[in-house]
Amino acid sequence: MTALSEGTSTTSAAPYLLSLKGVSKAFGANQALSGVDFEVGAGEVVALVGDNGAGKSTLVKAIAGVQLCDEGTIYFNGELVRITSPQDATALGIATVYQDLALCDNLDVVANLYLGRELFSKGAARAAYFLDETAMEQSALKLLESLAVTTVKDVREPVGSLSGGQRQAVAIARSLLGEPSVVLLDEPTAALGVSQTEQVLSLIHELRKRGLGVVVISHNLENVFAVADRIVVLRLGRRSATFDVRGVSREDVVSAITGAEFGLGAEIREESA
Amino acid sequence: MSDDRVTPTAHGAGPMIRELGRKLAQGEAGPLLVLLMVAAIWTFFQFQNDRFLSPGNLTNLMLQQSAVATISIGIVLILLLGEIDLSVGAVSGFCASVMAVLIVNNHLPSEVAALAALGFGAFIGLFNGFMVTRFRIPSFVVTLAGSLTLVGLQLYVLGETGTINLADNFVTRLTSTFFPPLVGWAVAGLAVVVTLAFALMARARRARAGLSVGPLWSLLVGVGVIAAAFAAAVAVVNQDRGLPLVVVIVCALALAFAYVTERTRFGRHMFAVGGNAEAARRAGIKIEHVRMLVFVLGSTLAAAGGVLAASRLTAVNQSSGGSDLLLMAIAGPVIAGTSLFGGRGTVWSAILGAVVIGSIANGMDLLAYASSVKFIVTGAVLIAAVTIESVTRMQRRGTAAR
Repeated sequence: MTALSEGTSTTSAAPYLLSLKGVSKAFGANQALSGVDFEVGAGEVVALVGDNGAGKSTLVKAIAGVQLCDEGTIYFNGELVRITSPQDATALGIATVYQDLALCDNLDVVANLYLGRELFSKGAARAAYFLDETAMEQSALKLLESLAVTTVKDVREPVGSLSGGQRQAVAIARSLLGEPSVVLLDEPTAALGVSQTEQVLSLIHELRKRGLGVVVISHNLENVFAVADRIVVLRLGRRSATFDVRGVSREDVVSAITGAEFGLGAEIREESA
Repeated sequence: MSDDRVTPTAHGAGPMIRELGRKLAQGEAGPLLVLLMVAAIWTFFQFQNDRFLSPGNLTNLMLQQSAVATISIGIVLILLLGEIDLSVGAVSGFCASVMAVLIVNNHLPSEVAALAALGFGAFIGLFNGFMVTRFRIPSFVVTLAGSLTLVGLQLYVLGETGTINLADNFVTRLTSTFFPPLVGWAVAGLAVVVTLAFALMARARRARAGLSVGPLWSLLVGVGVIAAAFAAAVAVVNQDRGLPLVVVIVCALALAFAYVTERTRFGRHMFAVGGNAEAARRAGIKIEHVRMLVFVLGSTLAAAGGVLAASRLTAVNQSSGGSDLLLMAIAGPVIAGTSLFGGRGTVWSAILGAVVIGSIANGMDLLAYASSVKFIVTGAVLIAAVTIESVTRMQRRGTAAR
């Protein structure tokens, strides 16, 4: 299709922040991903769309280092890298917000924000591994303020007693603490109301303005068209189409997701991809 | 809790009582509930036998429960992870047996033998942790099977006689040393001053950083309550033999592990693993390491409890670490508010729980109840405690879902 070729030609010009080549992953007999390429540039929002079981989550998990892929290479800033653990991904500057948010309900907001990167007190207390709760709480408040998250009133409240929108805000705020250059958002608006969805979408715009590469997985095409620069469609574990968000209709994207109307053509392209 | 829908501020008596009721229902007022329970138990037994609250009997209660409390501290750590260790009773018996054999048969200094017992405990914990993390066998299976093996090993090392008596030495003196009254007051005074100083320093630090601080009077009331409790305890033990060394040891252990769980990164990671292990893993926490270390700590504390039990009995025999010790050690913290399902609880619940369970056992002994009655009552208390824990957990779920 024309949309596809346009997408590829513009993408090959600029060096990508993150690119994956020929990624495959099988769960037993089920081929979740086969030979998928994927890329995101700085200051770009890429929407990763596809039906259930298309391989979106598997691809994101491979980038996040949560689940290793069987085959394929990953380039970060043009350099070949290996991501074998979540720490590898974090060290490179790839932050992930999972659909389940990966929050500990029994811990408070501050503890969740700093989970895995707690701050220690300075001086003698450092030797005793004393956590610097004051500093963590201070910068947690600052961070939430900078993201205009006004809904979280008490940062010492257990996350389990927060609403869905508040929890999403905490999870996104947490992903930004490590100063990442790529942020993966898995269904960020799935459980949110209208105003909270707006807040998250404006937050994504803010991330792009800061020059981050943002990957958004979403089922909600309305949201995708609202924030994305590019749309990458996965179907049955293959990359079936790439669209520039300008000049593409929602019907085209839906067709690429479902495989309808492309008919034989779609099958051929999938084989060659 | 400042969730708008759950009555944040209480003006007047009505809302305050409702708030208290909600806290009780959801298990947030743990310590308060336990203190009410202790008061009820003590009142009951005091009416049955007026020697129950005598200084002598209360001191005995402390001595009896020091071993259980020590084991319970380890159980709290393991419960925080959402795991269980059913071998702590057997570990305490086996490690104490090894210690006794080393002292009496191999003529080792008792200090060295006690350290060896702790080392054996640590090794058993390492093995349990390895089996749980490497082969992903549920911890109750690993520790139940291990428990059986350890009971066998205990019978083996104790040999034909089955009982080894300990002469006066470092180990027996752990539970037979009492401080003179003045030292007791000094320890209590120091504890209160240090508590107050740390609370004020932490408050000042938060205030300097521009964070919200609670009212000063509530802090002072809190420390005042602690001070009153310490003063009462010291006044009571001073009327008998004085402050027992073992009480200081157990409190120091509790303080140390309260610090580890609540103030250090490792402690934070324990709560995270117990709350949501997958989230902890994705946050880069090495959850296998946390699990292994906690099993090591749990078994080492169980061994320490075994040493204290041997010290109190001045002997080790075939039933050391057996009987209802295991269930007592697990039931105590659960009664006092530590969740059986992970991620919720405090080290102090080990101490409070040991007092509750110990009071019931001690009172029934004092009234010379038959073994049948004692088993039935203890079992019923356990069931009640676990039921309360499950109900409060459902209540919390209900609120969180809204």
